[in-house]
Amino acid sequence: MSLRTPLGKVLGHGPAGEGVGHWWQQRVTAIALVPLSLWFVIGLLRRNASKPEDMQVWLSDPWSALLALSLVVTLAWHSKLGMQVFIEDYVHGKGAKTTLLLLSTFTHAAAAVAAIFAVLRIAFT
Amino acid sequence: MNQRPLSPHLGVYKFMYTMTLSILHRITGVALSVGLLVFAWWLMALAHGPHAYANAVEVLRTGFFKLLLGGWALAFIYHFCNGLRHLFWDAGAGLERKQARRSGALVVIATLLLFALLLWAVYCAPKVSG
Repeated sequence: MSLRTPLGKVLGHGPAGEGVGHWWQQRVTAIALVPLSLWFVIGLLRRNASKPEDMQVWLSDPWSALLALSLVVTLAWHSKLGMQVFIEDYVHGKGAKTTLLLLSTFTHAAAAVAAIFAVLRIAFT
Repeated sequence: MNQRPLSPHLGVYKFMYTMTLSILHRITGVALSVGLLVFAWWLMALAHGPHAYANAVEVLRTGFFKLLLGGWALAFIYHFCNGLRHLFWDAGAGLERKQARRSGALVVIATLLLFALLLWAVYCAPKVSG
């Protein structure tokens, strides 16, 4: 038996049942993406992106690989959270909403897995 | 469930340009989510090897994709700048109406300047190799 009151159990958890977890994760990933995306964009612009060997040399450096890995994971998670809010806010009707949420989650998972695999493959080639 | 009261929606508010900035943050966010797929595909092409990468570059160099890439770059810069504005708000700073309008204008100006800087970097800046 729990000593917590029924009100105490639900306070702060909101209709989604997870409290402010989603909100916080969106902010934490946003903060992380500030330096990570800046690093990537500047790094990309400094190089000739049409030359695969230049990209390869850049991204196979261990520090670059580490940053690129952090970037794609954080980016995919931030994007997944954002799309979730967008769908929840603008798609009405339970069926359409659930379908789109599933589609978005799976697509983000696929993009994340592909990007992680690619970064590792580039780093270890 | 359908009988529950609704909070006041868009129609009851006087139009302010900060509203456009707010919805733009969401629209650019969704656009960038789509761009994430292209980013993953680009990384996969690089992982695949020089031949696959050359094919990817050829696709990305078509007029259609150049336009898309330009749009994504603009969307990224805007979402980045306005995202910083949101983070300041989350920290409790700049929430006064006057400040919010000023920071909104600042975001638009910064976006345009940074986009110009990006175009310069893409087309004019010298490149390092590796």
